[in-house]
Amino acid sequence: MEGLSTTLGSGAMTNSIAELHTMGPGDTIFAIGTNTTECHPIIGIAMIKAVKRGAKLIVVDPRATTLTQHADVWLRLQPGSDVALLNAIAHVILQNGWEATEYIAKHTENFSEFKKIAARYFPYKAAEITGVPATLIKDAAKIIGQSRNVAIYYTMGVTQHTSGVDNVMAVSNIAVLTGNIGRAKTGVNPLRGQNNVQGACDMGALPDVLPGYQKVQKTDVREKFAKAWGVEIPEEQGLTVPSVLDGIEKGEVKAVYIFGENPLRSDPDINHVKHCLEKVELLIVQDIFLTETAQIADVVLPGAAFAEKDGTFTSTERRVQRVRKAIEPPGQCKPDWQILSELIAAMGYPAAYSHPQEIFEEMRQLTPSYNGISYARLENESLQWPCPTNDHPGTPILHVGSSIRGKARFVPADFRLPAELPDKEYPMMLTTGRVVAHYHTGTMTRRCWGLRGVAPYEMVEIHPEDAAALAIEDGDQISVSSRRGEVLAVAKVTTRVSPGLVFMTFHYSESSGNMLTNTACDPTTQTPELKVCAVAVRKVKSPGVHLADTGFLQQNTAPEGVFHQPALSNAPH
Amino acid sequence: MQQVLTTCPYCGSGCTLYLEVEDNTIVRVKPNSVNSVNEGALCSKGHFGMDFVHSKDRLTSPLIRKNGELTKASWEEAYNYIASRLLQYAGEFGGKSIAGFSSARCTNEENYLMQKMMRAVLGSNSVDHCARL
Ligand code: SF4
Repeated sequence: MEGLSTTLGSGAMTNSIAELHTMGPGDTIFAIGTNTTECHPIIGIAMIKAVKRGAKLIVVDPRATTLTQHADVWLRLQPGSDVALLNAIAHVILQNGWEATEYIAKHTENFSEFKKIAARYFPYKAAEITGVPATLIKDAAKIIGQSRNVAIYYTMGVTQHTSGVDNVMAVSNIAVLTGNIGRAKTGVNPLRGQNNVQGACDMGALPDVLPGYQKVQKTDVREKFAKAWGVEIPEEQGLTVPSVLDGIEKGEVKAVYIFGENPLRSDPDINHVKHCLEKVELLIVQDIFLTETAQIADVVLPGAAFAEKDGTFTSTERRVQRVRKAIEPPGQCKPDWQILSELIAAMGYPAAYSHPQEIFEEMRQLTPSYNGISYARLENESLQWPCPTNDHPGTPILHVGSSIRGKARFVPADFRLPAELPDKEYPMMLTTGRVVAHYHTGTMTRRCWGLRGVAPYEMVEIHPEDAAALAIEDGDQISVSSRRGEVLAVAKVTTRVSPGLVFMTFHYSESSGNMLTNTACDPTTQTPELKVCAVAVRKVKSPGVHLADTGFLQQNTAPEGVFHQPALSNAPH
Repeated sequence: MQQVLTTCPYCGSGCTLYLEVEDNTIVRVKPNSVNSVNEGALCSKGHFGMDFVHSKDRLTSPLIRKNGELTKASWEEAYNYIASRLLQYAGEFGGKSIAGFSSARCTNEENYLMQKMMRAVLGSNSVDHCARL
């Protein structure tokens, strides 16, 4: 994550989840744009337990969630106004002298620049931008400024904006300002959505870095990998996902290999993505289902599910853990590492791996932060990187003593408006997110009977005032449209959202919220602005047609009796 | 019955769990409590979210589009087809003409191989994944 590596020198969670179990009076959890109880339930529960023991909880979210119910202060901001809010909190902290003076002097740089910017964000001004009353901003600042420890958690709510990098830096500035770095129960903690996002980044599945965030543009890095791999490493930085789509439009990208992803549901502005992927000359998809993306491919390769292969995942707290093969894959499916090895060999490059352990061994020789981690150690230990040597115990807390980049840097950021705001034609604001039972584009969870019944079709949340103005009642079928497309769904009239805001997910292929969202990207990371776009809502008919009865679910009935009725309790076994 | 310790495939919390297996079928999930972030608990996805593995919708064979239709093919045919076309693009237009989207759901080893294939074999740094999303 770009923002965090600028400020602290690393883009991973600085601290560990287990620290939540020890938080209590004097400690504060500051949760920003993270619907944790739905997206990371185990972490959400740990947060609520900490609050029950006396820790304070401040939640920043435009929408009511389980977490907001437990909050000491709920800052219900306008989507996309995070930077203004965070700068105003810094303003109040500085005004009252609650900053960590000694820490700032010893361990940080660029403080005076930051002070100048923060000075402009008076709470009453921020209140106008964010919609959060100035008194609540002051309350939050007081709790943060006076707590012994403050641990900050955030997710997509923060990064999926055109100002995503600024948001992350504004978050980091608060931690640095109050000296909440490098100790237990503190830190800047991005929670990763998909199981192995952290690992995919660590392994160099990014256009500018090789494994372990070693920059492709550095000559010594390229030389090291060239020596190990026996070929020259290209010097020019590669293309991000959005730039690849542009490259297809321009005819420069001819072939795309998509591995275990479903961009026709997860990317913003699906119509554009579909257009590009249909246009590319060669589309190869490797997956376990014939996803929407696989359906338009030229070649489809059947991979294996996690239970059918060996390997490792790296969790959001940098913890490397084993994945173990429990069953044989169906039909001709093969573990994905084997497919890739065989394909590489078919292209005339040596790749005779007989087990993922051999791949891991090769990787760790080239990746200093993973160098001390091995399958043998993972049998008895669970290790958090950096773990540079075989006798290193791993690193639960980063930046102890000092930040990885030497000094932590204040990076002042100014508030910028979201790329698309409501107007006459599209008068409401749409924000997207997840619900607890489903996962990403729903290709896995919607095939599980135990989860399907919980939230079987798309519900669009709309405030009672807006619903009344549009003559919409709970359960009506409605249409939600933006400049990019239209979807049909069922209305859920609720005060979980504020007036003017509608909320939907991207789990359901028949009414995907990403048909509507905006591809405008953050200029630095190219993370698309999935969280905010302008929409118009109208009633189609009442009562709502049950989408659940019309297609997808009938085609996808899971085999009965595959699962025993599981015990309902989550109690330790 | 066999019990296999593994890691949950859903969110990034990294809960560990036991898959209970009978006849090559996952019959139950049990949370792990030793040395684990989840300390003996799991959310509904970890507990009840595994039967996608046995879905009848699983792909079971490589497919190649022939006359507009995705048609079953052998592994060898699929590998040869992909290898020759990718090498042709790399030769004619350079590595930049090829892009790979890696997977935030697959293992570290697989992500490592994916980026190695793109960089070392095809000469392209255009490898990315959907964590931006
Ligand atoms: S059990 Fe739930 S909280 Fe734990 S990793 Fe799986 S999805 Fe995440």
